[in-house]
Amino acid sequence: MTALLISILLFGIGAAGSLIVANRIRWLTFVGAGGVILGSLTGIAPAVRAALGAPPQSLRIAWDVPYGSLYFRLDALSAFFLLPIFLICALAALYGTQYLEAYRGRKALAPSWFFLNVLAASMVVVVLAHNAILFLMAWETMALSSFFLVTFEDDKESTRQAGWTYLVASHIGTACLLVLFVLLGRANGSMDFDRFSASAATGLLFVLALIGFGTKAGFIPLHVWLPEAHPAAPSHVSAVMSAVMIKTGIYGLLRILTFLGPPQAWWGWTLCAIGLSSGVLGVVLALAQHDLKRLLAYSSVENIGIIALGLGVGIVALSAGAPFIAIVAFAGALLHVLNHALFKGLLFLGAGNVAHETHTREIDRLGGLLRRMPGTGATFLIGAAAISGLPPLNGFVSEFLIYLASFRGAISLDASGSVPMLATLSGLALIGGLATACFTKAFGIVFLGHPRTEHAETAHEAGPVMLVPGFVLASGCAFIGLFGSTVVQSMAPLISTVTGLPRISVGENLVQASKSVAIVGYFAALLIGLAALLSLARTIALSRRRVATAETWGCGYANPSPRMQYTASSFTQPLTEIFGTFLQTRQIFTGSDQLFLQRAEFRTHTDDPYQRYLFRPLFHGISRGMNSLRPLQQAKVQYYVLYIAITLLALLLWQVS
Amino acid sequence: MNQLINSILVLLVLTGFMLLSSSRLAACIRAIAIQGVLLGILAIVIQVGQLSVAGVLLPLSSAIVKGFVLPWLLFRAMREADTVREVEPVISYNLSIIAGTAALGVSLWLGHRLTLSNQPPSSLLVPAAFFTSLVGMIVIASRQKALTQVLGYLALENGVYAFGAAVALRLPILVELGILLDVFVGVFVMGIAIFHISREFDHIDTDKLRARTARL
Repeated sequence: MTALLISILLFGIGAAGSLIVANRIRWLTFVGAGGVILGSLTGIAPAVRAALGAPPQSLRIAWDVPYGSLYFRLDALSAFFLLPIFLICALAALYGTQYLEAYRGRKALAPSWFFLNVLAASMVVVVLAHNAILFLMAWETMALSSFFLVTFEDDKESTRQAGWTYLVASHIGTACLLVLFVLLGRANGSMDFDRFSASAATGLLFVLALIGFGTKAGFIPLHVWLPEAHPAAPSHVSAVMSAVMIKTGIYGLLRILTFLGPPQAWWGWTLCAIGLSSGVLGVVLALAQHDLKRLLAYSSVENIGIIALGLGVGIVALSAGAPFIAIVAFAGALLHVLNHALFKGLLFLGAGNVAHETHTREIDRLGGLLRRMPGTGATFLIGAAAISGLPPLNGFVSEFLIYLASFRGAISLDASGSVPMLATLSGLALIGGLATACFTKAFGIVFLGHPRTEHAETAHEAGPVMLVPGFVLASGCAFIGLFGSTVVQSMAPLISTVTGLPRISVGENLVQASKSVAIVGYFAALLIGLAALLSLARTIALSRRRVATAETWGCGYANPSPRMQYTASSFTQPLTEIFGTFLQTRQIFTGSDQLFLQRAEFRTHTDDPYQRYLFRPLFHGISRGMNSLRPLQQAKVQYYVLYIAITLLALLLWQVS
Repeated sequence: MNQLINSILVLLVLTGFMLLSSSRLAACIRAIAIQGVLLGILAIVIQVGQLSVAGVLLPLSSAIVKGFVLPWLLFRAMREADTVREVEPVISYNLSIIAGTAALGVSLWLGHRLTLSNQPPSSLLVPAAFFTSLVGMIVIASRQKALTQVLGYLALENGVYAFGAAVALRLPILVELGILLDVFVGVFVMGIAIFHISREFDHIDTDKLRARTARL
């Protein structure tokens, strides 16, 4: 615990220090990044120990705030979420030292380092807080610091817009959380988490938690801020936000579930439904994107959907009294939290490298980058394969666990339990397939083929500081993929904390489940060996022959140009047409169908359907409704007195009658 | 005895209408002064049978302050501000009276519905108290001159006082003295403020004063 407090203190020093040395750029980078990195390194050891089953520690300091106390508690659940926070924050800070160099002289960098430290500290406090007031304060600090990080390039209109969308969404969520904690606190007479217990209206509390935490996590339809905020933020910030910050929403939901007592089946059904819609729509929307970081943001929605599916299956199984299924499903969902942190961090940093070198995030303006940026390309490929859930990488292990649980559930549970399991099975398969298509497109169009523009043509590999984080994360992906069974077995304390089942039986069940994972691990190793063997054979076979390079797809064209390559839109067109109803892609074609060719233009654009058909009309309506109240604002004392009088009188009449 | 209380209450209601219907500031001030005296008498009459020295002296001093000292201050403010009548009410005088009638209806209904812990000496007391307060609010909301608004606040306070007489026969002396002092100081300060405002701006229309505050 002391180490974690020191880690928070180091973040604080980093934050304060970066303001003090704001004008000395060398010192600033040193202090700002140093605070995050040192703080993370200090905290990671106790977090690992606690996640592996060290007894929970707590620390309580009195606090002047009403109902508040500085009550920190480190249990397996907190510790498990601390791991990605520390890891990704440290790597992102390291990455940021070079990434932000490009803005040197144009932008004040001190705020960015300040808020990165604050964000890291607040995320640590969020998962450690054991008092609702402390939690909410840290939660709000997290939202605000990330808002300022997102609006780093605040001279751009689109960035400011994205920032506002994020801020509004974030506060809608916080409003629900406030109600949730006040209800819990009132029922239990204390704002400390360990006093919270199941009260009467658990269903209402669950829904409030779902909306409040779901907004942060990015459940559809509350996801609208993600595709705006992630592309707008600097890449290392996107990595932190997408890889770990949105996971605090999952953490909060799990933490609340531990208060609510035995879960009801419909919670699981709801989570499964949310998971399905988030997963499928998230990946379909990702398919249709042209902006690399926007694509990654939608893919985060998809992965949050997979996590929700796992949680939903777990809850359905818990309420049906099937511990094995529940344990495996929760293990899958939680492992996916960690996995997503690894590969999404990796992909965002990779996308950052691309954007940094080519100055564009438009997929259709890139191409052929694998030759020019081999390190970035290789790590991005590993991330793309992992996020698609392909063996032998980590994404497969966690999705496999969810598959395993829902297979078991579909077979052994009764009708009401097996329906969500079957839906999860088919949904997960669909999501996996579409994700593969999506990342084939992302990797293929960006890194393969020929450069489509001069920017891509003249790109160079990013510096070593920007490559190392990617390598670390890629090896993390491979590690979990290859040693999946060990990792799964070590999750026993965590799963026992979440489900409330005794640790020994959880451990036994996980050992049983990990056998299947081990088989996958062996096959994965075999696959890698095979690939290596083939590659070796190829090298040997080619070593004595002349090797020439030729156009891949000549297609009989006499003079092909890079612009004749597949574009991102054309590659995914078959799929996006199937899902056209959801996507509502707008196609703009200017040109003519005359015999002789003339200048023509073809564009497609896919808005977020929820943004376009739900939230925009909703907020316009609210805005219009508020405008109709304008006449009330008369700036006359008499009127205001009258309003007060009428209100009081109405209240009195209402009370009396 | 009940007869006397009821007639005082009817007079209270009538002075309320007087306040609503009159455009002349002097008449309005007089209406408030009469209300003050009536309330003083009311507070004494209600206590008949259990009279004490404090029980008589307090209403008496209240009646003197509200019936004579405050009107004197207000008349002075009126002369200094050089205003004789309220010229442009936000709602017309006819409408004010209609609003007053509606307020009387609401008050009667409220008095009927409201259950109090101790029975007031007259069933008219609660409606009359409510009505006086409502009249105060109408005046505050509908008149332009700062002076008339002061009168509105005084009517509001009178209503509260009457209600106090209805529910609690005896308030602690200190509290009652405190309220009296508050009202006195309030009017005193307002009188001075009105005088200074009128000297600065040549009028005391709150409607025109708002132009000097930043519009939101």
